[in-house]
Amino acid sequence: MSKIEIKNVYKIFGEHPSKVLPMVQEGATKEEILEKTGHTVGLDNVSLNIEEGETFVCMGLSGSGKSTLIRHINRLIDPTSGDILVEGTNVMDLDKKNLIEFRRHKMSMVFQRFGLFPHKTVMENVGYGLEVQGKKLEEKNKIAMEKIEAVGLNGFEHQYPNQLSGGMQQRVGLARALATNTDIMLMDEAFSALDPLIRTEMQKQLINLQTELKKTIVFITHDLDESLKLGDHIGILNHGKLVQVGTPIDIIMNPADDYVAAFVKDVNRAKVIKAKIIMLTPEDFKKNGEKQSNIIKVNENDFLDEFLPKVCLTPATIEVIDNDGNIKGYITEKVLSKALTKSNANGAYKS
Amino acid sequence: MNKYKTYLKYFIYSAIFVYVIIISYRSARPRYKPEHYTDIFKDFSWLNDWPKWLDFPLMQPINSGFDWLISKYGLFFDGINNFLLGIYTSMRNSIVDLPWPLVIAMVITITYFASGKKIQTTVLVAFCTFFLGFLSPRYWDKCIMTTCIVVIGMLLCIIIGIPVGIAMARNKKVRNALLPVLDLMQTIPSFCYLIPGILLFGLGAVPAIIAIFVYAVPPLIRLTDLGIRLVDKEVIEASEAFGASKKQTLWGVQIPLALPNIMQGINQCTMMSLAMVVIASMIGTRGIGDEVLLGLQQLNVGMATEAGIAIVLLAIIFDRITQSYGEKLQERTQPKKKINF
Repeated sequence: MSKIEIKNVYKIFGEHPSKVLPMVQEGATKEEILEKTGHTVGLDNVSLNIEEGETFVCMGLSGSGKSTLIRHINRLIDPTSGDILVEGTNVMDLDKKNLIEFRRHKMSMVFQRFGLFPHKTVMENVGYGLEVQGKKLEEKNKIAMEKIEAVGLNGFEHQYPNQLSGGMQQRVGLARALATNTDIMLMDEAFSALDPLIRTEMQKQLINLQTELKKTIVFITHDLDESLKLGDHIGILNHGKLVQVGTPIDIIMNPADDYVAAFVKDVNRAKVIKAKIIMLTPEDFKKNGEKQSNIIKVNENDFLDEFLPKVCLTPATIEVIDNDGNIKGYITEKVLSKALTKSNANGAYKS
Repeated sequence: MNKYKTYLKYFIYSAIFVYVIIISYRSARPRYKPEHYTDIFKDFSWLNDWPKWLDFPLMQPINSGFDWLISKYGLFFDGINNFLLGIYTSMRNSIVDLPWPLVIAMVITITYFASGKKIQTTVLVAFCTFFLGFLSPRYWDKCIMTTCIVVIGMLLCIIIGIPVGIAMARNKKVRNALLPVLDLMQTIPSFCYLIPGILLFGLGAVPAIIAIFVYAVPPLIRLTDLGIRLVDKEVIEASEAFGASKKQTLWGVQIPLALPNIMQGINQCTMMSLAMVVIASMIGTRGIGDEVLLGLQQLNVGMATEAGIAIVLLAIIFDRITQSYGEKLQERTQPKKKINF
């Protein structure tokens, strides 16, 4: 069972969504619907599974429905039709009281423009989730302080949010989401409003926290580099439709359509592809009769750009080894050049 | 389907219109009407001047309705009257009995703490208070009466206005129903509700308090509604996403963030109350407004000016206290940006 299952979710914005639903289900496009009925299609038959402990990145241009999708998971927005299952319980069946309990204990959220309470101090902001649960002040402050330390904001706990810089504010947002210690974290364009340097820093921090905490993260972004860096799986939305779901390598190597292809066109492949993904197994390597000359050893988890300069300097065969030094495979110049070519690789390197 | 509904609506409206015209015709005095109603369609001279039979009878039913209200619920209005009058008299008497320096000292203390210990505001308010009596010794007690009426009227506005504003912000139906009422309250001339006020509550302070309520509560309701609706959507979303109930979101997030706007509403409310209390002097409410009325009646420019200045001073005192309290609240909820590095 997946942690989060989204089944055939439709969302139509407008006055009479249920009347328009059949049209959408019959396959009318977003533009047609808008022209004929004045309704906007937010999500169009989206189904996906998110596994426990993974970071699922949902990507798309603005207006593609990604923020709408994430708000369906904690039902800040109700779908027009479809089901959302979290740990097997159908979120759509929850009544008001149970929905509140569900939001308190199952998931937390980080917002694009931080969504901090300007009238509360950093400490009170971080403790807000615990406050609404009715936790005692001492316990609340203790946990809040721990999380403030976890995101590296010690000393700022009595400041107000608008006394902090953007990056620090988002750390408060992150700490607030961590404080309730929920399994699932929803991050709605969490780092999009930050400048590039701070963004990279925050991404690193999130990755570090994630290796420790192993939460199920649903991350929304419009930035491909970010999604490749963070995502175990990536789902790409276009006009409310889910066009492709796959691992980062899948998305880069086998774009499902022109939209995805346009997205991944400018990716620096060398920075994303790991040696183990493109290497030939020793058997294949021997079968091809390639000569082993001038060997360079690289770790299987190295990205291509880490050893590319060495290969350029002296033509050589690359031997891929694991952490213990065992030979896992080889990379030839041919393989390397193919991997770095921008055109569609025709599924040759499916992971 | 929808089209039929609109047509039906138009049909009902026209039916009501025709019915109202028939009523006006039937209720008109016989001497204003032609001998038989068919004459209307034969002789078209009534098209020149507005015919006397085309007169919707509103005055009569309202008057009889009022009589019925007083005879039936007189006790209820007496109860309200006694209650408000009781508060007013006890408040007025207790302040009038105090020695005047003590009253000034009280005003200074209130201002000092309400403004967050701002010396400048406190000094200004203290001087204004002193000048009330300094202008003319008989103004002192009258200003106290006016202040008591304004304060009670304001409290009434706050007790009723803020919850109503919150209800409006949270429910679209309530807002749609109340907006025309607020428009009516703001546009109807104040004398129109001073008269029923006198009928229901007699002369004196109570109809003035009621008039203040009608006149001054709309801006408070509007600003409360606006303040709550202006709270950043993402902040509300954040609160909901962490599982806050509606009540928790309202008290923990929406009201604190709307406070600056609500305080602005209270400030507006005070200013309008003061304007009303002067008009109310025309229905026999005692206070600084009498002096203006007296000056008007005697064509005594000096007297009217003196009283006018006293009212302005009173307005400054009220404005400074509520305004600076609002600023203090705003500073607490939205602290100024400090540089940390």
